Amino acid sequence: MAEATGAPGRRAMQDFEKGLGDSTEVAQFDEPKRSLLQHIQHFLHSHPTAVPIIVLLVSVLIFGSIANNFFTPFNMTLIVQQVTIIGILGIAMTLIILTAGIDLSVAAIMVLSTVVMGGLGVNLGIPSAIAVPIGLVCGILCGAVNGGLVTFFRLPPFIVTLGTWKIFFALVLWLSGGQSIRSQDIDAAAPLLKVFGGTFTLFGAQFTTGSVMMLILFITFWYVLNWTAWGRHVYAIGDDREAAALSGINTDRVLLSVYAVAGGLCAFAGWVAIGRVGSVSPQSFFEGNLDAITAVVIGGTSLFGGRGSIIGTLVGALIVGVFRSGLNLSGVDVLWQQFAVGALIIIAVAIDQWLRKVSA
Amino acid sequence: MQRQEAAVSTGEVLVAMRNLDKYYGGLRALAEVTLEIRKGEILALVGDNGAGKSTLIKTLSGAVEPDGGEILVDGRPVSFKTPKDATDAGIETVHQTLGLVDTLDVPQNVFLGRELTKKVFGLFPQLDQAAMRRRTHELLQRFAISLPTLNEPVHSLSGGQRQTIAISRLLLVEPKLLIMDEPMAALGVDEGSKVLDLVVKLRDEGLTILIISHNLEHVFAIADRIAVMKNGRLVAVVPSAATTREAVVGMITMGASGVRTEDRQWLS
Repeated sequence: MAEATGAPGRRAMQDFEKGLGDSTEVAQFDEPKRSLLQHIQHFLHSHPTAVPIIVLLVSVLIFGSIANNFFTPFNMTLIVQQVTIIGILGIAMTLIILTAGIDLSVAAIMVLSTVVMGGLGVNLGIPSAIAVPIGLVCGILCGAVNGGLVTFFRLPPFIVTLGTWKIFFALVLWLSGGQSIRSQDIDAAAPLLKVFGGTFTLFGAQFTTGSVMMLILFITFWYVLNWTAWGRHVYAIGDDREAAALSGINTDRVLLSVYAVAGGLCAFAGWVAIGRVGSVSPQSFFEGNLDAITAVVIGGTSLFGGRGSIIGTLVGALIVGVFRSGLNLSGVDVLWQQFAVGALIIIAVAIDQWLRKVSA
Repeated sequence: MQRQEAAVSTGEVLVAMRNLDKYYGGLRALAEVTLEIRKGEILALVGDNGAGKSTLIKTLSGAVEPDGGEILVDGRPVSFKTPKDATDAGIETVHQTLGLVDTLDVPQNVFLGRELTKKVFGLFPQLDQAAMRRRTHELLQRFAISLPTLNEPVHSLSGGQRQTIAISRLLLVEPKLLIMDEPMAALGVDEGSKVLDLVVKLRDEGLTILIISHNLEHVFAIADRIAVMKNGRLVAVVPSAATTREAVVGMITMGASGVRTEDRQWLS
């Protein structure tokens, strides 16, 4: 038992160790035995995206076999288009949930940014090449406000963003006067705002540039989380903030940057949303925050922080899209879509809890 | 466990604490503590709860600022206001909580906060996972630490394995002084003795170690000298070869009045 086979520490004795005798095994430890269930648990724990991917594939197969027109290129791309906005908000939400936080204000930041972009670009006639960056900066600032309250004032993220959710929506109504900006006005004054509404055809299916942008953002943030020190610190802070601080990570600075980046992503989602919806509406996406949390949770990211993946969020958003579309095409009442999504959330969190227990 | 004699220590002083005082309100946690840590030795700090052991190591690790007295490292006076000041001076501490991030694997923990990166397309720094893995492997080999795998999140490892990872991540920067706060406390007998072996091996590799332990059996098994504290004062510093467990127990419980005649020369 003391000999763990295949252990990386097994190797030929080197010169400087001659004479140490059996001290080459100074710190060799036994490996615990696992049952089959523990093996499954262990696999799922180290591959957090496995469950959502399986669920997505199974649900696609089921709906493909029972619902008419589900497996058409048109429907497939439609699902991707429908999850674009929530998908991008989900990236922002994933970053924050990985730090063991939550952001209820994501959709409010998004709508506020669209109102700023639209107000400047259309109502005030500022060139849209200037209006768009100002809108993005607005999102970053909103995120930084959240992050500042969470880090420097040590307030719970739930409460901070519950407050800023209301505050940002109040600002939306104040800035917009409650008025939408019509599609034809945007086309006339600031066409750049609708650049992500553009479509192109590939393999007989129609894609929007917005959904391509969403995929690019997912790949970018997958890379950032897995291949940069910043990404690793995000995970570390989410799992154990104290340990991360002991390791010399400036946890406040990382947290602040996470909220600011998330705010910028929300503003970007707003830019894409103008293209997808066609207009700027202060009344839209009021529950976008909850939809984003849904995608993250179904995607297998733990609400307790430190564990999960950005690709899981994409899969989670797609699962919701597939269920909505599949149940719709099967002629099931809309209320059962809500029912199904609700059940998925609870199952996803239950699985997460089960995995956390094993790891203890 | 075999008694290991220290042949390494040259007697040269690495860290000197002079007349350290620390008050917590009316409580005098440290009372004019003067203690020298010699290069290459294992110095064990023993004493009852509240004797001032933790406060003393906190002044060395930068977690607590003394109210009086001075600390010298390599003969130069230092002033530690934050833990970072202490690590910059080459003093690393293994905390009782270990400071590991459970969900990260071994190389990720070893390099946490000081990740190795390489430039991609000469532009942005990307984690050099292969190099970190390789250097973790080398580090563990150097100290003859064998783990079943490096790829597992560290929560799946045993207490002893986690302890060795917490220690080895500090060795990455070649510290002058390694402080360990009760490293064997939460471990079983078998794992505890493995960690003890590792501590001795580190000393043999030239490291200087200050270790707090309640377990006198462990202390006598590894320490070159034993510093006894009581009520914030240093009672005595005894070479462990020159004394007995009963004598040390006497000092811990009775203070200076508990010192045997033959140990009087070690009184501070």
